[in-house]
Amino acid sequence: MRVALAVPCYVDQLRPAVARATLVLLERLGCKVSLAFDAPCCGQPMNNAGAVADARAAASNWAASAGVFDVVVMPSGSCTHHVRHHLPSLIDNASGTHAAQVTFELCEFIAGPLGIAHLPGRFPYRVAMHLGCHAQRGLRLGGSSELHEPTSGPMHSLLSGLEGLTLVPLDRADECCGFGGSFAIGEPELSVAMGRARLADYTSHVAEVLVSSDASCLLHLEGVAHNSLVRSEAKDLRTMHIAELLEEATR
Amino acid sequence: MNTGHSAAAAEFLSDANRAAWHDQALWFVRQRRDRATDLPEWEALRDRAAALKAHAMGNLAGLLEAFEVRATAGGTTVHWARDAKEHNRIVFDILRQHSATRVAKSKSMLTEECGLNPYLAARGIEVVDTDLGERIVQLAGEAPSHIVLPAIHWKKEEIAALFHTHFGTPADESSPDALAAAAREHLRDTLLHADAAITGANAIVAETGGVVVCTNEGNADLGMHSAPIHIVSVGIEKIVATLDDLGVLLRVLARSATGQPITSYTTHVTAPRAGAEMHVVLVDNGRTARLADPEFRDALHCIRCAACLNTCPVFRRTGGHSYQYTLAGPIGAILAPAVDLAAHRSLPFASTLCGSCKDVCPVRIDIPAQLLAWRARVAAAGALPNGYAAIFSRLGRILADRARFEMAGRWARRVLRFVPATLLAGRWNPWTHAGRKLPVAPAESFREWARREGRVE
Repeated sequence: MRVALAVPCYVDQLRPAVARATLVLLERLGCKVSLAFDAPCCGQPMNNAGAVADARAAASNWAASAGVFDVVVMPSGSCTHHVRHHLPSLIDNASGTHAAQVTFELCEFIAGPLGIAHLPGRFPYRVAMHLGCHAQRGLRLGGSSELHEPTSGPMHSLLSGLEGLTLVPLDRADECCGFGGSFAIGEPELSVAMGRARLADYTSHVAEVLVSSDASCLLHLEGVAHNSLVRSEAKDLRTMHIAELLEEATR
Repeated sequence: MNTGHSAAAAEFLSDANRAAWHDQALWFVRQRRDRATDLPEWEALRDRAAALKAHAMGNLAGLLEAFEVRATAGGTTVHWARDAKEHNRIVFDILRQHSATRVAKSKSMLTEECGLNPYLAARGIEVVDTDLGERIVQLAGEAPSHIVLPAIHWKKEEIAALFHTHFGTPADESSPDALAAAAREHLRDTLLHADAAITGANAIVAETGGVVVCTNEGNADLGMHSAPIHIVSVGIEKIVATLDDLGVLLRVLARSATGQPITSYTTHVTAPRAGAEMHVVLVDNGRTARLADPEFRDALHCIRCAACLNTCPVFRRTGGHSYQYTLAGPIGAILAPAVDLAAHRSLPFASTLCGSCKDVCPVRIDIPAQLLAWRARVAAAGALPNGYAAIFSRLGRILADRARFEMAGRWARRVLRFVPATLLAGRWNPWTHAGRKLPVAPAESFREWARREGRVE
């Protein structure tokens, strides 16, 4: 399948390894991946901060880039959610609707259009799973405790299918990590407190690896974990994006 | 640097143990809600509840008039109040006509919204809040911090000290049973001898002309059945059309609020007692203006169950007073800006938009969508808080253009790589100052790598 890889702005600059893992994984699964997707950002940082006018230019460029592709894959639930649920109303023309229709989060794409429920691979570690809130409740890519649903969804299935991998149970499996984009800098004390609470949940269940659908959650949680104020166990937690974990497990 | 909710949140979080205790206390209520709502028909009930509220708001004028006709026929006097001021004056006039000076009041967020207690106190009328939690915050000179659990931010040892001061109970007697008994003893005299009782209402029913009051302590019932005058203060959005609708509403309300199948006392009053008077004050106070704004009208569907507060990771860790408005939590954050945008401009930003509130809301209010819409309104008014305006207009220009983005990215990574972390982690840096390291920046962006590999031009 021919797909375009759209790399979120912060992944391109701060976590390029996530984009490279996504590229390798998609090619391993038989996709022909174009890197010609040019727009740097879908506009979410500005839109979520209320700066709608500032968001519109970035979002329009993003939708224009998506216009020439039939499938766009993003290693981010949050950006995919913004594209799918906000671009059609943010942009005046049909390009927003097209972008919303062709864009997929990575695991959603593997389990959906690619039709792969289980990947052959091995990852012999105790793993804590953190689905970003926009993947969880925005894109509905995981069962929600509020709706009395069990933990589920494409990311959960792909992880569960790996040999040797143990998903650790969590006290609050779908609680927000406290990143929240502009929230992280607008409410810094609270953002950090929420991050610490998530890390304590992972370490108290003796997780070795924390895996997330979103590198933005990870940048925040890593920053909190490696601050000198936090319990030392969190520093030993290996943090991985789902693309990095799946790529490593299927080598 | 930050003001509004952010500053108040930092203050609450400065006592980390207390914040963790508050979080866990409310998570416990959230879990009770999860168990009580784990019914095969729960999502269908939410659909019915949302539909019955939408119906009521869509037919508000007709339903209110029908209520008035039936309530009046049953012997109740119905009053209409345009705003808080009119409401307070109407209540005061009723009390003055009967020379009432002692009032037993049960829980009512509307009277908090209208500032009724201080208004009456200034006119020589003693109002005693008879709900235990409300009485605690009243004795402490505070506002409730939670719609359903007004004193949830008080530890039992602190309540023991408060009761010791006011009731002379032993300062170290902090067992919940003993504290409740002390409060009961003290409140009984008020409840039995008050000149008038004021209650709120969880619903009013157009079909019956009746008023429905839910409590777990029976204090509203004791008040209204003892005093010669019963005044009901109620927001006009509390109307439901029929008894069938009321049945649905009561089911979702108790299960969402406290995790009970139904509240201990659910009273439907359709007429005054023989020899007594009953007054219902229907209050607008900005509600019809909200009804006229299609973007936010669904917020009027709120039944004040507080499930969104209990599930909110922000509310749980920062407490109700951090919102600095009568209603706290996600619902407060979407109702307050309609009252005063400038004063409450930080509230729509006191959320990660995690979406949990939307999924517990029994009437399916899309709270995250409204938070986002309020953020845009705040920005349009030029009132963005937390220094966002400067940050995001610059970021918007950078992220809309590849050349600018790559240049800014290169510089940012260089700064992160080569400037000592201690220089970057000053008080001015909101990423680091609360205890968060800056990310380790790579030498090469993904696009630079792809270019080097010949995968892009």
